[in-house]
Amino acid sequence: MSIRGAAHIAGVYEHPGRHLPDTSLALIHAEVAIGALADAGLTVGDVDAYFCAGDAPGFGGISFAEYLGIDNVSYTDTTETGGSSYLIHVGHAAAAIAAGKCRVALITLAGKPRTGGRRPGGSGNVSTAPEFGFETVYGTSVLGLYALAAQRHMYEFGTTSEQLAEIKVAASLHAQHNPRAFLPNPVTIEEVVESPLVSDPLHRLDSCVITDGGGALVVVHPDIAKDLARHTIPVLGHGEALKHLDAGRIDLTHTGASASGPRAFAEAGVTPADIDYASIYDSFTITVLETIEDLGFCAKGQGGVFVSEGGLVAPHGRLPFNTDGGGLCNNHPANRGGMTKVVEAVRQLRGEAHAAVQVPDCELAVAHGTGGSIATRMGSATLVLGRGEG
Amino acid sequence: MSNLPTPKPPIDPAIAVYWSAAAEGRLVLPTCTDCGLVHWYPRPFCPDCSSRNIVWTDSDGDGEIYSFTITRRGQGVYRDSSPYVLAYVELDEGPRVLSNIVDADLETLAIGQRVSATFDIVPDEDAALLRFHPT
Repeated sequence: MSIRGAAHIAGVYEHPGRHLPDTSLALIHAEVAIGALADAGLTVGDVDAYFCAGDAPGFGGISFAEYLGIDNVSYTDTTETGGSSYLIHVGHAAAAIAAGKCRVALITLAGKPRTGGRRPGGSGNVSTAPEFGFETVYGTSVLGLYALAAQRHMYEFGTTSEQLAEIKVAASLHAQHNPRAFLPNPVTIEEVVESPLVSDPLHRLDSCVITDGGGALVVVHPDIAKDLARHTIPVLGHGEALKHLDAGRIDLTHTGASASGPRAFAEAGVTPADIDYASIYDSFTITVLETIEDLGFCAKGQGGVFVSEGGLVAPHGRLPFNTDGGGLCNNHPANRGGMTKVVEAVRQLRGEAHAAVQVPDCELAVAHGTGGSIATRMGSATLVLGRGEG
Repeated sequence: MSNLPTPKPPIDPAIAVYWSAAAEGRLVLPTCTDCGLVHWYPRPFCPDCSSRNIVWTDSDGDGEIYSFTITRRGQGVYRDSSPYVLAYVELDEGPRVLSNIVDADLETLAIGQRVSATFDIVPDEDAALLRFHPT
């Protein structure tokens, strides 16, 4: 069974806040849920499926279903793969809709890392994780682990810090058009490579922002999409993958995208060359570099050249990416960038991105999520989305 | 002993033999007698073939740096330890092991550099942390 076209993204919402000291975690979830339902032209009463990850307030998805007032949940899924969770939820929602288990699926994300929420780090913070005594005890950090991947990529392929900086520069060029971006000013390659080294070879400006906030998606059956006034976006393909140490054989130069990407493209029946716009998970610059190679937008090891040639810059680069400014400059709510990746891809396909970065005639988009660490264990998810009929 | 912190690892009784050997300054590697895999991190079964026939083979603890980073701003118990080196070491037996490189010249540290195991005793535990130093 394929999910190609079996479900549409009918509503999306990104919380406007980036610093929300006086809004509870549950209330941010509620505000984004109501926002995405309103965008779709639906109400809480229409929802029959709820999807969330580890950032949900309380007991799995149950506390929030109660809090928001979702009374008829016939399907729920709390898949937790870090920042990639929400893209996996879209794929699972589409499969559940195709199987007749539900018709209107709500997916929410929220978090408050700026104002006292929990830190990033996945299993690094969990002492019951079997790897804890063999990793965390050595002073690992999220950025330090990604730095290990960057160092190895540089060693094998000659990638430079300046090439990684090009990714931040491209994101910042896009963010200048987003009035809500946390970092709204363009930066230069020099500013990135001259920012403080945090873990060699990664600098402070190789990193994403830390923001409060959240987002939500509404995924519906095509029959419901047909009756909505809003432009809905068909889900054409979904792929997911888990990558880990593999008993000690880990290769730091590729990510789980090398498995999830081909699965998504195959289901959609398209190739990377067909893609007009891509939301690429951007916890760090190296995350983007390895991912665009793994998804097949360029050959392995050629990511540095690709980005140096302006490949990521909207609207006319070979692969315009993260036109909202991405996690690197705009917003990385809950330390998880997957939700906003889907939201901006939907904006592009609807023709609702900022005019300065809107990709002309955008018909096919990819949204890609990474969760955990590309240097240890990660969840990877790729979605191929179509323009549908506006 | 290095000057780095020695946080207490959770000791899984099923692999206590690994930690006891480490406390004696010996590296032992979990090895499957059915398929031959030497795996990392240690488990009491084989992550390739699921066999429970695991023996703990002695290792010289030699290998080379597969990747490294100099952490400029430590967190938690490592807050006052910066700069320090986090690295993957590829053991001569095959597995890539996450650890620290100690007693190293940070200016000349390089991928491919040969390193050898050293152990830092965890106070009040029958355990030690595996670290590496340049040879």
